[in-house]
Amino acid sequence: MAHFDENAKPFSQKWLDERLAVSTLKRVLSTEYWIPKNINFLWAMGMVLAATFGLLLVSGIMLLMYYKPDVNLAFDSVNYTIMSEVGYGWLWRHIHGVGASVVFLIIYIHMFVGIYYGSYKRGRELIWLSGMLLFVTFSAEAFSGYMLPWGQMSYWAGMVITNLFSGGSLEAYGLVEWIRGDYVPGDAFLTRFFMLHVLLLPLVIIGLIVLHFGTLRIPHVNNQDGEEFDFEEAAELYKAGKVKESKVIPFNPVFLSKDVFVMGIYFIFFFYLVFYHFEFAMDPVNFDPADGLKTPPHIYPEWYFLWSYEILRPFSKDLGLIAFAIAQVIFFMLPFLDKSPNVAPASRRGLFKYWFWIMLVDMIILTFMGKLPPQGIWNTIGLVAALLFFALWIALPIITKLEKKL
Amino acid sequence: MKELKIFGIVAAFTLLLYWGVEPFAHSKMHKHVEGHDFVYNGTADIEEAEAKGKQEVAEAKKKFWADVEKISKLKGDVAAGEAAFATCLGCHTGQPINMGGVIPPKLDHAGALYDKKYLIALIKDPAMASNVDHKYKDTSTHPMGSIKMMMGGDQQIADVVAYIKAKKAAEVTPKEAYEEACGRCHAMRYMKWTQLGETPKFKYEKDALAYKIKVLDEQDAVKKYMGKLPPDLSIIIRARSEHFLETFVENPQSQLPGTSMPRVGLTKEGYEKVKAYLEESGDPSKPKREALGPWVLLFFFIFTILAYLWKKSVWKGHH
Repeated sequence: MAHFDENAKPFSQKWLDERLAVSTLKRVLSTEYWIPKNINFLWAMGMVLAATFGLLLVSGIMLLMYYKPDVNLAFDSVNYTIMSEVGYGWLWRHIHGVGASVVFLIIYIHMFVGIYYGSYKRGRELIWLSGMLLFVTFSAEAFSGYMLPWGQMSYWAGMVITNLFSGGSLEAYGLVEWIRGDYVPGDAFLTRFFMLHVLLLPLVIIGLIVLHFGTLRIPHVNNQDGEEFDFEEAAELYKAGKVKESKVIPFNPVFLSKDVFVMGIYFIFFFYLVFYHFEFAMDPVNFDPADGLKTPPHIYPEWYFLWSYEILRPFSKDLGLIAFAIAQVIFFMLPFLDKSPNVAPASRRGLFKYWFWIMLVDMIILTFMGKLPPQGIWNTIGLVAALLFFALWIALPIITKLEKKL
Repeated sequence: MKELKIFGIVAAFTLLLYWGVEPFAHSKMHKHVEGHDFVYNGTADIEEAEAKGKQEVAEAKKKFWADVEKISKLKGDVAAGEAAFATCLGCHTGQPINMGGVIPPKLDHAGALYDKKYLIALIKDPAMASNVDHKYKDTSTHPMGSIKMMMGGDQQIADVVAYIKAKKAAEVTPKEAYEEACGRCHAMRYMKWTQLGETPKFKYEKDALAYKIKVLDEQDAVKKYMGKLPPDLSIIIRARSEHFLETFVENPQSQLPGTSMPRVGLTKEGYEKVKAYLEESGDPSKPKREALGPWVLLFFFIFTILAYLWKKSVWKGHH
């Protein structure tokens, strides 16, 4: 037992310090959590993501109270009960729907910022890996949530995606049926995806967010120049009052004030979408109730899965599945495939500069092709873009090996 | 300044992405259908037949719509029209009684809802007017088919239409517009609307069940007549684009070739009323969104300005 002051008033600073170490916690987590001064607004995307996740969590809890995970009731509980009968149900739903889409936009920006500035390299590999795990879990979370309104696209996307587990021409349908709990998506499918969406996956996400933050604490956040410096030395300088000379700033309140400003701008954009353009996030096809006897003319996933869907599509059944599987995990390999010794923005590196922009544009092209009907010229462009995607990954270790140390 | 440049790049790629997966992809996924501004003169029908290479049908349609044009030039006599209109009331009673597959529509606001030329065409040949003649080609006849025997020639048609346009054109509510134009085939469960009309409240469950059986019987009749049960329209406003709905109502064949959905013949104003009701059902939060939206955005504008001032004061002396 530690020593406790008999005279400390309950819940006073001292009383709390003795029991919870609140002062130490505050110091370690905020006022003496050192952030490089030289970072731009793109480093605020982490906080923007955390805030969006918070919005998704709160709005999700509101929706959960009125949603009915039953194939006969799901559609109307979302589109009628929540939209018309629950006070502000429409607002919660639109926040949830817009949030689910926008969160991926920010995740992609966050990812490509990491790639551009080399923030996955030397010492920061675990930040990258935990972030990629978060991305994959978010994808599963988004997919399971997309099933819940039980509209036409929910049903058919569920059919197509679970079919991926049939193992190509092995036709191992046992696995698909096990996942669905039925021969086609039905009540068992809906209820288990409901559980995944509202319980298991959010728990995993919260755990991974903690891990992701934890991986950041020792190697510290990267900066705009990829510059390596002694954080403790810089911190001493800052604490000595030489804030101008020091290369670091405390997270709270200095960087936080920038985070909050960026979040303000982001929320204007976010709520503009919620109130005036919510339909961009909601596929009209999903406002037709699920009909297992009528296939929609075009089946496509939400926009954030289109690029990997397009990697699946232009190939034959088995090759497509393998390509798709590789595309899902290849980003995990990034810190190990990039052989360059430099931690620097892409613009200051060798051929990697071109690699970055070609990869970005290629993924945008894949995204476009993933939504277009698979016919004629679109097929060819899709195939070329998919091949280029793999060519880029094969080229990565070679071109980075050639890079000279800066 | 550098941050603004970076923001510009991020925003440009985001917009490019949006353009590709929304407007561009949708323009490639859905064929473009020309709207006709709610003018009913058969142009689309004739083109349609010609595109399919059915020269005979195209000729028949040309002749039919030329006749309609001719009748529309005749001066209708409202008083004479009223007498002839009495024959219509034999079927168009406003009662939910199925006749030959569907319940004939109430005509209380027909003058306000439907286009003049369309009404002329409908009385002359209902199947041709509603562009579902393909359905009645061989064996069956349109439920309104015998009207040809009842109407005594072009002048009488002009009279009846003049009467409808003059006396059945009272201001119509969105609900009435929906009821008369769509409500006999399409249910709208979010508005408690069935093919038999608005579901009454019942004191005893027995009565509610008996009514439900009546609705099921009516649905069976409609299903038999239409080939399938027409879809529930509760949230059709969200499931279809504005352009789709408008061109579909104008000419169902344009979006769903071969469909047994008849052309309704709404005027632009009539369509606006129907649309208002569809919106009330499928997008009831619209007025609330528009009322709350500006306040929430204003809050975040002020929030952002204050956050910026805070940032400026905190960062003082850091650079």
